[in-house]
Amino acid sequence: MAQPKQQMEMGGGDAGFVTTRLEDLVAWARKYSLFQYPFVTACCGMEFMSLNGPRYDGLARFGAEAPRFSPRQADLLWVVGTVSQRQAPALKRIYEQMGDPKYVLAFGTCASCGGFYDNYATIPGIDKVIPVDVYVPGCPPRPEAVIDGLNLLMEKIGNNNREPLVVPPREIPAMTQLRKKGSPVYFGQERIREQRAQLGVGPGLYGVPATMDDLLGTGDRKVETTAVVKAKDHE
Amino acid sequence: MSRKVVERLKAQFGALGPGRGILETSDFRGDECVVVGKADWQAVATFLRDDAECAMDMPVDLTAVDYPDRAERFEVVLMVRSLTKKHRIRLKTRLAEGAKLGTLIFVWEGVNWPEREVFDMFGIAFEGHPDMRRILMYPEFEGYPLRKDYDISQTQPLVEYRTPPSSWAGGEGKFAPFDRHEGQPWSRVDWQERAHGRDIQVSPAIGLQEHQRPTLSKGHEYVASNAAPADPEE
Amino acid sequence: MEPNYEELAEEGGALELPAEPMRLNMGPSHPAMHGTIRMVLELDGETVNEVDVQPGYLHRGFEKSCERGTWGQVFPYVDRLNYVSPMLNNVGFSLAVEKLCGITVPERGQWYRMVLGELARISDHLTCNSAGAMELGAFTPFLWCVKVRDWVWDILEQETGARLTHSFGRIGGMAKPPTPYLKDSVRAIIPQVHEVLAETEGLLLKNRIFLDRMQGIGKLSRERALALGVTGPVLRSTGVDYDVRKANPYLLYDKVDFDIPVGHDGDNYDRFMVRFEEIRQSLRILEQCIEKMADQGSVNVDDPRVILPEKEDVYSTIEGTIAHFKLVMEGFKPPPGEVYSYTEGGNGELGFFIVSDGSGTPYRVRVRPPCFYNLQATREMICGEMIADIVPTFGSINMIGGECDR
Repeated sequence: MAQPKQQMEMGGGDAGFVTTRLEDLVAWARKYSLFQYPFVTACCGMEFMSLNGPRYDGLARFGAEAPRFSPRQADLLWVVGTVSQRQAPALKRIYEQMGDPKYVLAFGTCASCGGFYDNYATIPGIDKVIPVDVYVPGCPPRPEAVIDGLNLLMEKIGNNNREPLVVPPREIPAMTQLRKKGSPVYFGQERIREQRAQLGVGPGLYGVPATMDDLLGTGDRKVETTAVVKAKDHE
Repeated sequence: MSRKVVERLKAQFGALGPGRGILETSDFRGDECVVVGKADWQAVATFLRDDAECAMDMPVDLTAVDYPDRAERFEVVLMVRSLTKKHRIRLKTRLAEGAKLGTLIFVWEGVNWPEREVFDMFGIAFEGHPDMRRILMYPEFEGYPLRKDYDISQTQPLVEYRTPPSSWAGGEGKFAPFDRHEGQPWSRVDWQERAHGRDIQVSPAIGLQEHQRPTLSKGHEYVASNAAPADPEE
Repeated sequence: MEPNYEELAEEGGALELPAEPMRLNMGPSHPAMHGTIRMVLELDGETVNEVDVQPGYLHRGFEKSCERGTWGQVFPYVDRLNYVSPMLNNVGFSLAVEKLCGITVPERGQWYRMVLGELARISDHLTCNSAGAMELGAFTPFLWCVKVRDWVWDILEQETGARLTHSFGRIGGMAKPPTPYLKDSVRAIIPQVHEVLAETEGLLLKNRIFLDRMQGIGKLSRERALALGVTGPVLRSTGVDYDVRKANPYLLYDKVDFDIPVGHDGDNYDRFMVRFEEIRQSLRILEQCIEKMADQGSVNVDDPRVILPEKEDVYSTIEGTIAHFKLVMEGFKPPPGEVYSYTEGGNGELGFFIVSDGSGTPYRVRVRPPCFYNLQATREMICGEMIADIVPTFGSINMIGGECDR
């Protein structure tokens, strides 16, 4: 009988079956209901606004949209933008006021490592002041990168992993032009291109070519555009 | 920019004696600029605002420039504009370190914060300003950042830095892969070096002699001049 | 008979309570303060008696950083000044250095700068107004304006490669010529922006709450605005029609037709409406620029001492190689001197006072930040109002931390 066996496992060891499932359940609930404290200072704030906007919708669909401007009620601290030396005590205080478990996402290069503001006025990365869970580099990072960062953080929360990680780019920029025709780029981009082809929509808004192949018309797939400019006119 | 304003200023303040009134005028790329003795700074400003032909009612900017080579190392620069006459002028005055300048806050109230910023960045105090305190830096900050002898990387943290955990980035932490001086093989004046008495011509590496090329192993010890050193055999 | 409430509460009556002003700190990490301004308020109940506005929480050492690189290395820093309209900063700085050198960019380059600059201005005003509306509780216009702002950024990404901080300006022109898609993209977006403006205005301008919170609040009189050095939409809302594009036309603004919207009360509502009208005027300018801009021709000045040659020339001709080499190794050296050059930024007169000593390093780059002066005027606008009025007032001056604190 299956049930007594489970009960026997539960009796021994620290991580019993039911307890582990309970932790998993709590981790699942936690990662899909993050309350953000948007500590927004600089240019990255504009991409943060776009992230919340209708095109990317990077927070609401993961349950991370609810902003709480009191640190007591928040569990994810978004540090968006440069933190100057003058602002550092405020940042530290807000982090200390948050209740456990709390996570920090460093949005942008200035928050991750100080960026090119390598001078008397800024902190070289907020991890000099508070511990950080996920770093999203970029100046400012594209909203897609931030979504990747948020998903990375959610995966880590799900696995109870507190190691600080940096979001990897989707493509290695140096390899983009050298890529052979037809070779897979990234799972997501191929899928999006297929969907666009099925819908009969052009490669990008206003017919902007998405890759060098599309621009030169040398790709394996010729996508008909219905948008304003047809890529063929360029030839 | 208007010649007429310059003429009016010269007529009013021209012959006030050495070091007083209008010291120089210049016209570069269409910008009229007048250098004023510091004792007459407020009088000239008041005249510019009240005179019917100048009618400068909009303060545009007040700032300062640091020339540490000069005896009067600071140059305070004021730019004003007239809404009705549509002309502008730039006023400058020269100050030595520690000298004070009269405030213009009672002429145009808009120079309130710019004067505080000049004090914050250069250390020039304005006499008569009701609220002379730092504006961009925090009160605990010491020194004046935009002076040429303030090292750009000299931080004064308010919060003590913590060390990020060593598991990050393979145990090395996040370090930039290059030094502050690397990647800049241009002919330029390095004010940090000059302020410390070392001659400053950081020339392109290919133009330097072997002994002059800066390397990381030698640290920041650039040779004092571009001449070859004396031959040790002589 | 019992005394009524009014008799008890009046001065000297039995119910008069002693009161002393309360100090309240707002910021720097505060949603309405846009993260970087601290206001120390002295309150009498809900009314603000005195406010000490403290900027500087985003001071990033822009002016000192410029003194450490070359003239071309200033462009990324300049982008991040008014980061909602980075192209306007780029163009402003290029014009300043070109004034110092006495260079004029060819006509196609000037049209191109105007097109990208007006797109940046549109995105600036859209952001300011929609964020201001969001702070009053109107979440929908924010989403609509961000939607159309993303489309504007698509055009900028198509042209420059980056959505927000492009670093696309160069001394003597632009980094790349326009793409073949520019004109069609701009023509496609103009009706979209008009539509979103119409929808947003339809949603907000008849709303009782919006009008009560914006009209009559945060007034600034014309004389005070002039004396405080205020420029831009804040000044124009008080009734002064000073716009650098009309008063001292630069680029080719004297060849296009547009109006300057002007308010008369200087309150929040006027600032809001002035910005929306300016978006419409920018769209008008865009239409004309697109018609007048040539399809062929260089956007960069043809001087190898200033601008890098085309890559094809660098790799195929010896002159191109040498020109590239000299410019990269020796750096661009403008003549010694100082100039002040000013353009109309998103918030007002954006000026660059640059001092050159003849070497490849800038000696001093001073930016005249329009929202620094606008923020200085905020004290006047807030004193005497209630705490809740601070939110729309502060939102309507478009304080951008990168420009204010540099």
